Amino acid sequence: MSQTLQETLFRLSTLDRDVLSIAWLSLRVSLTAVGIGLLLGIPLGSLIAVARFPGRGAVVGLLNAFMGLPPVIVGLVLYLLLSRSGPLGALGLLFTPAAMVAAQALLATPLVAALTRQVIADAEAHLGEQLRSLRLSAPRRAGVLIYDARFSLFTAALAAFGRAISEIGAVLVVGGNIDGHTRTMTTAISLETQKGDLSLALALGAVLMALVLAVNAAAAILRSHAAKAYG
Amino acid sequence: MSEPPAIHLQNVSLTRDGRTILDRLDLDVAAPGITAVIGPNGAGKSVTLRVIDGLIRPDAGTVRLSPGRRAFVFQRPALVRASARANVALGLVSLKLSRRERLERIDAALARVGLLERAGDAATRFSGGEQQRLAFARAWAMRPDLLLLDEPTASLDPAATETIEGLITEMAGAGTAVLLVSHNLGQVARLADETVVLAAGRAVERGPTRSLLFSPRTVEARAYLTGELPWTSFAAAS
Repeated sequence: MSQTLQETLFRLSTLDRDVLSIAWLSLRVSLTAVGIGLLLGIPLGSLIAVARFPGRGAVVGLLNAFMGLPPVIVGLVLYLLLSRSGPLGALGLLFTPAAMVAAQALLATPLVAALTRQVIADAEAHLGEQLRSLRLSAPRRAGVLIYDARFSLFTAALAAFGRAISEIGAVLVVGGNIDGHTRTMTTAISLETQKGDLSLALALGAVLMALVLAVNAAAAILRSHAAKAYG
Repeated sequence: MSEPPAIHLQNVSLTRDGRTILDRLDLDVAAPGITAVIGPNGAGKSVTLRVIDGLIRPDAGTVRLSPGRRAFVFQRPALVRASARANVALGLVSLKLSRRERLERIDAALARVGLLERAGDAATRFSGGEQQRLAFARAWAMRPDLLLLDEPTASLDPAATETIEGLITEMAGAGTAVLLVSHNLGQVARLADETVVLAAGRAVERGPTRSLLFSPRTVEARAYLTGELPWTSFAAAS
């Protein structure tokens, strides 16, 4: 056990090439997926919060249910779409980082949209009447509400990042866990643990934890500054 | 400013969840000047303002306004988490102004309410009185023909109330028609040329403010002004 810990510390202190490349790929894939999730989820959630249309309650219910979408199911569906005989097979994306980005974006988007809807609905309750009275168009109103709630939307971004970086089911199915190509921290930890290379698994686990903690700490500091500045 | 609008409400009715909010309401407001709308809680005063502003669509009746700009100041100022300047600017978005004119109007409005030096500060950190002054600055910058005020000084101290009342008088003096909902009868006496009493969604009495406040003709207006419980006075009247 102590030898494993020593090896883990050695890998971390010497900036082990395997650890770094896997961590970098994971970060790249998850940040891109979260970026896509924010780009799609914030307007979608805002629209659902502001618009009134038949079946809105059902859409909100569905969106909330999609927050808990099982990653492995998302991976499976995407696998079927991207496989050679699938409708998107011609794109040749299966077992590439792009497929992993797509899978994580599919997980992040409903989460961002559902959290955004709640945040924007709260902002709308406070500001909506005034904004309508100022004769602002619906997209402009949504824009003002997003701006007003920008600090609360950090929480949505944070939750999406947490979901993306820590999931394993979707990236394993559509990425294939190919060494040096599609191996992420979570898939590598799982594989190396099974192989018995606990030092690499532990080193990657430490990096993963450090990343998640650092991102959360940065967001907490930012939120605290924002609260001081804007109340 | 352009010709101020007259407000014409005829037979306006609104029901929500089985409750009658406005009951065949007739209301005419001839601009300019300050018209106060008073009445007990639940009489439909705030809803009437919202119907006039188009925020609530009535179930029946006619709402006719002369063309012109409208501004609405709410009881609780609704401000965005942004600078004071940005909050005033929001009122000018729908007006077609040059950038220079927009900036001039914003600074003039902030100066008028004594907040120019704090133009860059976060509006949501202002005190209640400052926030309401900022809401008035936004309305002032819009140079409205009709100003709708829903208990604009309800939660303010006397000094802040005096400032706001000065702004209302100034805007009315500049030709803006003001419709003021208030429970503060002293304020109504100080500001309003005409007063309308609303009860149970209907305009039960209207007239020059002083004569209405001191010698109301209807049972409902008397009950409200003397603070009587409505069922006592209705029972006495029947």
